Amino acid sequence: MRKQISTRAAIAALLFQSATAMASSVPTDNAFNPAFSLILSGLYGQLQQTPSAATGFAMAPAPGHEQGFNLGESEMGISASIDPQFRGAATLALDPAGGVSVENAFVQTTALGDGMNLKFGRFFSGLGYLNEQHAHAWDFVDQPLVYATLWENQLSEDGVQFKWLAPTDTFIELGAEMGKGRGFPGTERVKNGSGAGVFFAHIGDDIGIEHSWRVGASLHQTQRVDAESTDVPDLAGNAVTNLFTGDSQTSGLDFVWKYSPNGNVRNSYVKFQAEYFRRKETGDLTYDTADAGANVSDTFSNTQSGFYVQSVYQFMPRWRVGARYDRLDSGIAQVGALNAGNVISNYAYTPTRTTLMLDYSPSEFSRLRAQFANDQSRQGLKDNQFFVQYIMSLGAHGAHSY
Amino acid sequence: MKKLLFALSLLLSSQTHAALNVFACEPEWAALTQELAGDKASVYTATGPLQDPHRVEARPSLIAKARRADLVVCTGAELEVAWLPVVLRESGNAALVPGSAGYLEVAQFVKMLEVPTRLDRGDGDVHAGGNPHIQTDPRNFLPIADALSKRLAQLDTSNATYYQQRLAAFDQQWRAAIAKWEAQAAPLKGVQIVVQHKGFPYLSDWLELIEVTALEPKPGMEPSAAHLSQVLNTLQKQPAKMVVRAAYQNARPSEWIADRAHIAAVELPYTVGGSDKAKDLYGLFDDTIAKLLTGSK
Repeated sequence: MRKQISTRAAIAALLFQSATAMASSVPTDNAFNPAFSLILSGLYGQLQQTPSAATGFAMAPAPGHEQGFNLGESEMGISASIDPQFRGAATLALDPAGGVSVENAFVQTTALGDGMNLKFGRFFSGLGYLNEQHAHAWDFVDQPLVYATLWENQLSEDGVQFKWLAPTDTFIELGAEMGKGRGFPGTERVKNGSGAGVFFAHIGDDIGIEHSWRVGASLHQTQRVDAESTDVPDLAGNAVTNLFTGDSQTSGLDFVWKYSPNGNVRNSYVKFQAEYFRRKETGDLTYDTADAGANVSDTFSNTQSGFYVQSVYQFMPRWRVGARYDRLDSGIAQVGALNAGNVISNYAYTPTRTTLMLDYSPSEFSRLRAQFANDQSRQGLKDNQFFVQYIMSLGAHGAHSY
Repeated sequence: MKKLLFALSLLLSSQTHAALNVFACEPEWAALTQELAGDKASVYTATGPLQDPHRVEARPSLIAKARRADLVVCTGAELEVAWLPVVLRESGNAALVPGSAGYLEVAQFVKMLEVPTRLDRGDGDVHAGGNPHIQTDPRNFLPIADALSKRLAQLDTSNATYYQQRLAAFDQQWRAAIAKWEAQAAPLKGVQIVVQHKGFPYLSDWLELIEVTALEPKPGMEPSAAHLSQVLNTLQKQPAKMVVRAAYQNARPSEWIADRAHIAAVELPYTVGGSDKAKDLYGLFDDTIAKLLTGSK
């Protein structure tokens, strides 16, 4: 009997012990929760002109600015390892008008090895330098004009990306993407196979501990089918709707250089970057597709390009200033004879914009920014734009790329 | 073609020259790896002594170095959380995936201090695993050296005995050095100090220094003028001998306080290479103690 009691006591003690041990590491459903982050951002915009496309780029989308107070893009990010082979990440953009859109939702391999990385799902294309960066990491309120007009701010793709890093001391990375072609200039359509392809190469290194740089080249190709553009000015002075079907090929160069005394980016640094894109489109244009419109089709080809140069200087901890210069070239279009009297081939105007920025970051997780831009991207519609912006990050703070 | 072949052979030979390619996140772990592996490893240091290890960028060069590494040795405890995950992911190196033999976070082998009881960013940039600046207490290097040596032997079995011998030698030499430093530092016991960043709890714990207050209002937040004058008030009631900062930190807040409170501003090397005398791990602590002794006079 006594023995029984003592065994019971021992069991009870054991149970109690395991219970207390468990209290410190209770395996709940919660323990495997992915990293969760939320970006809150908002903007006040003071504009002199209503937003519209840059002169000569009416056939491209114009993701302009909003006037007055507006909730910027709040984004919710979730990421975690899926298993030893895969990692998943999703970014949901909360639209100020309501609704949620999927900005990114991709799976990445983690254990392929040999410098290989495979990504599939919806992701920002690896072309250029800025394209992969999320809005909260931008150095200015808005994207450069060349990104706004040629990529509708950012090229997002549903597809597959393969990257390979060479086993060298210098950073040499090659990448290829195949996708649906959902992001501009692609046109989403129902068909088998790939709708758009991207190739890119990056080379980068340090010079001592204070300087680092990266250069890149990219190539994007897609087929545009019945791409509609509205409010396109014509030679008669009307605004019409046109349709374009043809090949679109864009090549780009990008360059980034960063300098920081002693490599201590917390105290101060200078970042200089420049990117250039050139797009050639060849195909057929249908002029004025409205019901009672002319509906004239003939060949159309054009080469448009643009670049920006910008620099950001953190002159003391928490404070940064920045300057950016944008420029576009709308090209001289080769218009087929049937449309020669309808379609404007040469706008003879060079859109430019000069932007100044000042931002203050009370901590790594918050940033307040003021920006002024002298926008001359539209002929005869000079615009002095003023913005105030906040960007706040809650929860898991993922690492930023270079 | 010949040139290309030559370049290729050069590339391959540089890869096979040392048995192990080690990517160390901070200079102290690079130095320790070199102590324990000698010429059997070629060690790359990802951050310099004058860089804030919290705030390094995932530069292309770091990704390229991680691509060829067999082992990554880092502090852990979220110190490198802002850049290391990107570097490892982009490197496409399966050997360095967290949890594998090629990934070593050394903070897990020591007793962590300042483990927060609540996690709230309102408290500043706190680390859930505790204060990550473990390298300021030399006693922490003993269990870390042991773990690191075992890991080296695991990855490079043919040299296991060699690593064991180097560990035994290091252990003995390091223990003797600790005894020497403790004797030298005896007068520092109970000395009151102010720290710029909460980066010295292990040093204070070891030498029994008393931290009166910190210049950063919250960990990771730059000292503001308002907070600095508060610190000045505190110092009038509770005088300290010196204000201590790491070599990578902005000197201005320390000097501002030192001038007004009439105390010494002491810049500690903090890691190997952080001062002229901190050429290796021994020099790091020789110089740290010498500077503290000067500051306390």
